[in-house]
Amino acid sequence: MQELIDRAKALLEDGTVRRVLGWKTGDLPYDPEPAYFETPESLKDFVYNGFCGANLSKYMIEASKLEGRTLVCLKPCDTYSFNQLLAEHRVDRDKAYILGVGCKGKLSMEKIKAAGIKGIRSVSGAELTDPAETLFFDTLYGKAEMPYRDAMLERCHVCRGKTHAVYDALIGDSKDTTDADRFDEVRRIEALSPEEKFAFFQKELSKCIRCNACRNVCPACSCRQCVFDSAKFDSAQKANADSFEEKMFHIIRAFDVAGRCTDCGECSRVCPQGIPLHLFNRKFIKDINELYGDYQAGADPTAKAPLTSFTLDDAEPNIVAERG
Amino acid sequence: MKRIKLEHLKALYRRISETRALYLPVRSAGKTNFAFWTEDAEADLDTLKTVKSPKDAFFPQSETLYTCRREGQKLHVEPEELANQDFVVFGMKACDVQGVRVLDQVFLKDPVDSFYAARRQHGTIVSLACHAPEETCFCKVFQIDCAAPAGDVAAWIAAEYLYWQPQTEKGEALTELVSDLLEDAETAPVDAEQAAIRAMVEQLPYSHLSLEGWNGNATEEKFDSPLWEQLYKPCLACGTCTFVCPTCQCYDIKDYDTGKGVQRYRCWDSCMYSDFTMMAAANSRTSQMQRFRQRFMHKLVYFPANNDGMYSCVGCGRCVEKCPAHLNIVKVIKAFGKEDP
Repeated sequence: MQELIDRAKALLEDGTVRRVLGWKTGDLPYDPEPAYFETPESLKDFVYNGFCGANLSKYMIEASKLEGRTLVCLKPCDTYSFNQLLAEHRVDRDKAYILGVGCKGKLSMEKIKAAGIKGIRSVSGAELTDPAETLFFDTLYGKAEMPYRDAMLERCHVCRGKTHAVYDALIGDSKDTTDADRFDEVRRIEALSPEEKFAFFQKELSKCIRCNACRNVCPACSCRQCVFDSAKFDSAQKANADSFEEKMFHIIRAFDVAGRCTDCGECSRVCPQGIPLHLFNRKFIKDINELYGDYQAGADPTAKAPLTSFTLDDAEPNIVAERG
Repeated sequence: MKRIKLEHLKALYRRISETRALYLPVRSAGKTNFAFWTEDAEADLDTLKTVKSPKDAFFPQSETLYTCRREGQKLHVEPEELANQDFVVFGMKACDVQGVRVLDQVFLKDPVDSFYAARRQHGTIVSLACHAPEETCFCKVFQIDCAAPAGDVAAWIAAEYLYWQPQTEKGEALTELVSDLLEDAETAPVDAEQAAIRAMVEQLPYSHLSLEGWNGNATEEKFDSPLWEQLYKPCLACGTCTFVCPTCQCYDIKDYDTGKGVQRYRCWDSCMYSDFTMMAAANSRTSQMQRFRQRFMHKLVYFPANNDGMYSCVGCGRCVEKCPAHLNIVKVIKAFGKEDP
């Protein structure tokens, strides 16, 4: 991490960048917050460890409006989001100095707490220089440890690689964390009967509190005004008017980001109710791959996206009836 | 003091459910929230914090106020019936009980909110001491003792028993209803449990957070601080903090087009949302910084100014756990604390 701070400091000092967008040490051992650093001195609070799951690419929409360049720390998966925002003209490449940071998998406090680890006083094993094998906790209720892998966010188990899709410089080691197939869960749900599928999603989505965290964190949800926030339409609701609407909100959102979602997994990371929202997006990604050939949103900002370009080979609408 | 074996709790739930609705922490799809008890429900008294607070029991996230129905040229206005059935909220923690007291200040003062008042009248609270408080808890800061929760009945879990102590008339009535399921108990196990809880609370990292400078007279000094401009920056403007909060009480009133008329309902609002307090003429807060500031000023300055010094934060720590950007009221209080050493 010192190497990262030194690099950021040097770039601030020589005027290459005006500010650094990274993470600031939290108050607890696991709650770093996204933060801007404008002076070399302020970087003393900079942190980058296993708890820095937040994808900072969306903050670059606002940072692109500021004067001068912003150094932004992006993990490999975050760079796909940045590229997608670039393709949508929502961020300015010239305003960004992308420091691609290494990643050994990011951690989920939900999983750590679910493992019964509570009253956490300190954590070790979560630094980027650590081997990311075991996490050690000193808690109010004694010592505890758990395998790093078991504490990782879902998305890290299906990581699509530690290569940065866009960057100006790279720093820090990475570690392959993939140990599951990205579409396994989608296949499992596809195989359910319509009644079972409905029951599954009903149970999950009925937990939704309409906090909009999934939407607000989503780099693909970058509309200046969301239809769900507009007072002009009946769709502007802060609560689910009926049991259908709680599904409608998420399904509409999934349709809206289809073909643009990079599968960064932020929606599921931030959901206070632990709803596996990424499953909607992954279903779309899987269908797109099957219908139009493999496509990864954000891999190449100049690529033509399957849902926004037409070719004579495109799937006909009746494919839906055939596929069921 | 009474007690019941933990393994017999289901009989207790069943008994209460025979005559009144029972609302308690239920685990579903991997998360625990307050919900109505049914034979199939997985009651969960082990999870320290439900995702949402139990305030829904008295102030639901969404409730219909009245319905307008059109029949030809006639318009019928049908007010929604007020709650008229008794119910029990079981397993509320001390912080959440204090959260209801905060809501009382808002909804039971003139003009009384009849929907809320009816629920308060019919609801009986069985509180539960916090067996294992966590690092995100800071109820002590607000003089709440999670080892001795308020409520109509207070309960403690120690070894294989749930201990039961009625504290009000409503609590006595509920105790009467379930009396044959309870047995007399010594207070010693509860005393020991309380001592253990209080000793743990002393060690919690936020238990000794200082609220110095936060009071009803601090409006101008705090409102004008340049710190807000820095503090709000990572805020995603989602409503997580406000919707998991046991004291957030702002609501919006909306119309739902039923096709044959209008259902007027109210739902929780969030000061984090862009249309919060938007009026026909304009929006009184036009930036996220102003909305962010509102949340903390309300809890720590405006509310005490209007309620004899009572803060509208109870230290449950849900926002500490759930904010996607890891912002929270503790960080705000600490940031201001650093400003004037």
